Amino acid sequence: MSVDLEHYLLLGAILFGIGLYLALAKRNLVGVLMGIELMFNAVNLTFVAFSRFVESPNPVDGQVFVVFVITVAAAEAATALALAVLLYRVRDTIDVDRIDLLKW
Amino acid sequence: MDDTGTVIAFWMLAAITVGAALMVVMVRNLIRAVIFLILSFVGVAGLYITLSADFVAVTQILIYAGAVSVLMLFAIVLTPRGDRGNQETFLRLPALLLALLVAFTLGYVAIDTEWAISDREGFEETASVIGEALLDKYVLPFEIASVLLLVAMLGAIVIVRPESGVDEARE
Repeated sequence: MSVDLEHYLLLGAILFGIGLYLALAKRNLVGVLMGIELMFNAVNLTFVAFSRFVESPNPVDGQVFVVFVITVAAAEAATALALAVLLYRVRDTIDVDRIDLLKW
Repeated sequence: MDDTGTVIAFWMLAAITVGAALMVVMVRNLIRAVIFLILSFVGVAGLYITLSADFVAVTQILIYAGAVSVLMLFAIVLTPRGDRGNQETFLRLPALLLALLVAFTLGYVAIDTEWAISDREGFEETASVIGEALLDKYVLPFEIASVLLLVAMLGAIVIVRPESGVDEARE
């Protein structure tokens, strides 16, 4: 029994599905953000798996890309959570189904 | 990768990661959900180590398990009158269907495709190679990333400053 590229890709697909469900279905804004971070993690996992297993002249480039993704994800988390706190100050809630000013 | 230790490590870490992610969905308390999310991040870091990506694994623990989850806890604590529950909206069923569809499609494509597998061994150590690549081939994206981080930090500070026009927006 051995562990191959397919194992990691399937794991990434499952994690991405869970993250997508969280991001689409959760009511709390922080829950939505948790889903987005899980999707980032799934994508990073596939990046690293490809950089380990697939034929390439510069195999480490996949990991360099992951470092950039983590950087951008950190910036995204900081801004999004600041927006959540601001939204709470204005509306007293961060439930996404109660933020419906633009709803017709 | 067929030595027994790696195989056992992979299956255990995969179970921890997916199980913790499922607990994030199931658990009814937002703070507990963040704690399970941290466990899931740590599991992914372990998987990076089984892929011999040491630098990325350490970065994962520092940034995700450390910084991002603490930011999330801050956001929960700073919204005290908000709902602490972890419920779903009315979009629960369509979201479940879409997530299952996406996961199945990705999984099917991953299994069905013929990847150009190489038989090279795992990396010896990646920190120095990544460091060289960041300051040589990818120096421009590296600098842009630092500007992005600075802008994000300043933006977050400006957004949550109390006197930044919230009182007018409340009217």
